[in-house]
Amino acid sequence: MTHSPLTPGIAAGRLAAEVLAENFSDIAPRLEPHEARVASDRCYFCHDAPCMTACPTSIDIPLFIRQISTGTPEAAAKTIFSQNILGGMCARVCPTEQLCEEVCVREVAEGKPVEIGRLQRFATDTLMAKGVHPFVRAKATGKTVAVVGAGPAGLAAAHRLAMKGNDVVVYDARKKAGGLNEYGIASYKAPGDFAAEEVAWLLKIGGIRVETGKAIGKGLTLDGLRKDHDAVVLAIGLAGVNALRAEGEALDNVLNAVDFIADLRQEGDKARLNVGRDVVVIGGGMTAVDAAVQSKLLGAENVTIVYRRDQAQMSASDYEQEHASSVGVRIIHNAAPVKVHGNGGVAEVEFAYTESGPDGLKLKDETFRVRADQVMKAIGQTLTGTPEGLKIEGGKIAVDGAGRTSIKGVWAAGDCASGGEDLTVTAVAEGRDAAEDIHASLMGAAG
Amino acid sequence: MANLTTNFIGIKSPNPFWLASAPPTDKEYNVRRAYEAGWGGVVWKTLGSEGPPVVNVNGPRYGAIWGADRRLLGLNNIELITDRPLEVNLREIKSVKRDYKDRALIISLMVPCDEESWKAILKAIEDTEADGVELNFGCPHGMSERGMGSAVGQVPEYIEMVTRWVKQHSRMPCIVKLTPNITDVRKPAEAAKRGGADAVSLINTINSITSVNLDDFAPEPTIDGKGAHGGYCGPAVKPIALSMVSEIARGAATRGMPISGIGGVTTWRDAAEFMALGCGNVQVCTAAMTYGFKVVQEMISGLSEYMDQKGFTDTSEIVGRAVPNVTDWNQLNLNYVTKAQIDQDLCIKCGRCYAACEDTSHQAIAMSANRTFTVKDDECVACNLCIDVCPVESCITMRPLAKGEVDPRTGKTVGDYANWTTHPNNPMAQAAE
Repeated sequence: MTHSPLTPGIAAGRLAAEVLAENFSDIAPRLEPHEARVASDRCYFCHDAPCMTACPTSIDIPLFIRQISTGTPEAAAKTIFSQNILGGMCARVCPTEQLCEEVCVREVAEGKPVEIGRLQRFATDTLMAKGVHPFVRAKATGKTVAVVGAGPAGLAAAHRLAMKGNDVVVYDARKKAGGLNEYGIASYKAPGDFAAEEVAWLLKIGGIRVETGKAIGKGLTLDGLRKDHDAVVLAIGLAGVNALRAEGEALDNVLNAVDFIADLRQEGDKARLNVGRDVVVIGGGMTAVDAAVQSKLLGAENVTIVYRRDQAQMSASDYEQEHASSVGVRIIHNAAPVKVHGNGGVAEVEFAYTESGPDGLKLKDETFRVRADQVMKAIGQTLTGTPEGLKIEGGKIAVDGAGRTSIKGVWAAGDCASGGEDLTVTAVAEGRDAAEDIHASLMGAAG
Repeated sequence: MANLTTNFIGIKSPNPFWLASAPPTDKEYNVRRAYEAGWGGVVWKTLGSEGPPVVNVNGPRYGAIWGADRRLLGLNNIELITDRPLEVNLREIKSVKRDYKDRALIISLMVPCDEESWKAILKAIEDTEADGVELNFGCPHGMSERGMGSAVGQVPEYIEMVTRWVKQHSRMPCIVKLTPNITDVRKPAEAAKRGGADAVSLINTINSITSVNLDDFAPEPTIDGKGAHGGYCGPAVKPIALSMVSEIARGAATRGMPISGIGGVTTWRDAAEFMALGCGNVQVCTAAMTYGFKVVQEMISGLSEYMDQKGFTDTSEIVGRAVPNVTDWNQLNLNYVTKAQIDQDLCIKCGRCYAACEDTSHQAIAMSANRTFTVKDDECVACNLCIDVCPVESCITMRPLAKGEVDPRTGKTVGDYANWTTHPNNPMAQAAE
């Protein structure tokens, strides 16, 4: 270790190797079997359970927890995977405190929900560790479907389509499949190579070919895909990053938080990653929290999240905000960037206080500056690279409830599609449902 | 502060909590620790005849069933009577009793079913200064195959005969310990009384197989691939024990006979319940085996607290207090009508009452779109299942309808006490006088 948190400017190796290893280890390790039994005993097996309703993929939570409590975690895993083939990753990254666990009757009654997320991980990890894939393909239909984007929505669609007997080709622009599971999750939530392992396990269903380095406009056209396949699923995510629209944005060391997070995920040796002494993250979502927390864990001395609205409007959950605070991240609300100061590289960011009124958010005259040698932009992603001719609605590809776009034979799912929150679990649900609709329509057409 | 001292058939102890004859009372070391922890009395683990001691299996001798968080609910054992030499036990009993004169020390006995054997063992223990004997007619495994234990307890004539021998050859107070592995527990109790027993104690363990190993397809605990039934005890058997105790407490021939209550006593409350059904004291084993001897401290403080709150000063005020309220089904008031009611402030909306009632009972609970659960009085038969499955204590309660109120289910007005014996649907009904 040649540097410390106090080293000025951008530096790698600010913390000792063992500290970094601890910082980036599994934040919520898998429950031990006895812990899982105890946790599962707390489930009341509710009638028409609220947790199940709150789950975007409608996993039968009381049933899988009961299966754990009776010593059959493999059966529990199958219950989970039948609704959500990426149940392993969702168990790690779902904001359960805003979904199933928020409505758990024991959360409502005691402020202590059944640990649904961790129980789900116990079940899915148990089955996946055995290396078996719990589903088999149906008889071949002779139909082929192209899926553009190998993130959660694309993978969920591909799996369901393949399971129903269709042949699927999945294209992805990046080097590896997995999408945000591979490139966009805080490292301590899915340490090791879990995202890649999960993809490999999912592909065991058979009938899915993955082609990386390809995207629409990068070797593919929508017309070409439509010609070669019976249906097309667009699951291309939100590849663009919003600009600050503040003077000085082009200075060195002003970067996109999503790129910082992706680099972290791909780098095995965290001591090689650069981070500033004073890091400023601008935004209020999960991306902002993930970037800020990990900056701190890499050894930045001061990390500040600045969000333009008040605390209640941050899209990062309370749990995530508390986690950020607990590692020493400071969160400033109601301030927006007006200018990035520096000479070559960033040195300070100037913010104006904001106030929201009937005409929306307004900047006040009073400003303040925060020292920064690294600035991360986390103010939202946008849809880019959309093929011509698709109806767009609110910045997303317009779809109906089944994921059908305005073009016949083309479906869309995940963050790029309208409707639903931008969550992994929502993407899985949309991918799965689009696949079901595609299969039904292909079979209808065949009949 | 309530006085917990008890005098049970002339045997005094500072509290009504005795350790039952079982592994915890097999030797001096344990018994001294038990007395130090506060136990009022000990029934020394069953002694057999002089000669080569019995042998135990060398594989597992206990099996269990568990509730949430592996809380032990039921324990099964295939251990036999003491496997230590008689003279060692006798020396230790004498030594302990000398140092703990204020505590009860009873010796449990089991020897072959002939007068000479009983005469010999009674003579052998004469010198120990123990306070009494308990005749083990209950152990359902191993020794019963040799014509002892429950093999005797299942034949009232044998009970009477052996008890008579004991009373004839010893001046010690005599407790007869009964097996529950019979059809009518009053018969062995009556036999004990005829034989001159001073008291009965019950229940001994129940024949049981706690589990089957689904890999080896053998009962557990498994000894080299085989299993034999054991004796079941612990919290799970308490309801069975309470019922059997009540039968003796209210039986025409046994009413008033001193009873030492055994069967799943785990807390002060369990003990108080046994006492209310007629037990002068209780004997405990599984709770001690699960948590250690210290549990008695909760039992002592809990019973004392309860008695203070109720204004009882002596345990005799509890003993038998519930017996007059134990009756036959045909004496229950059919004009007592209650309705379940759900406290919406306490309800956590799990819906278990709804599932239970809708699927398995009388479709008497309504569920609204926002998960509010309410009782339909015109369907509710007051079966109590909703209360039994509700995870929140006191969330659902039963409201008795007052006399003169109309039951919305039957349309009938609640009237005076009337039972099955006079009900018009009863072909054997007798007109009320």
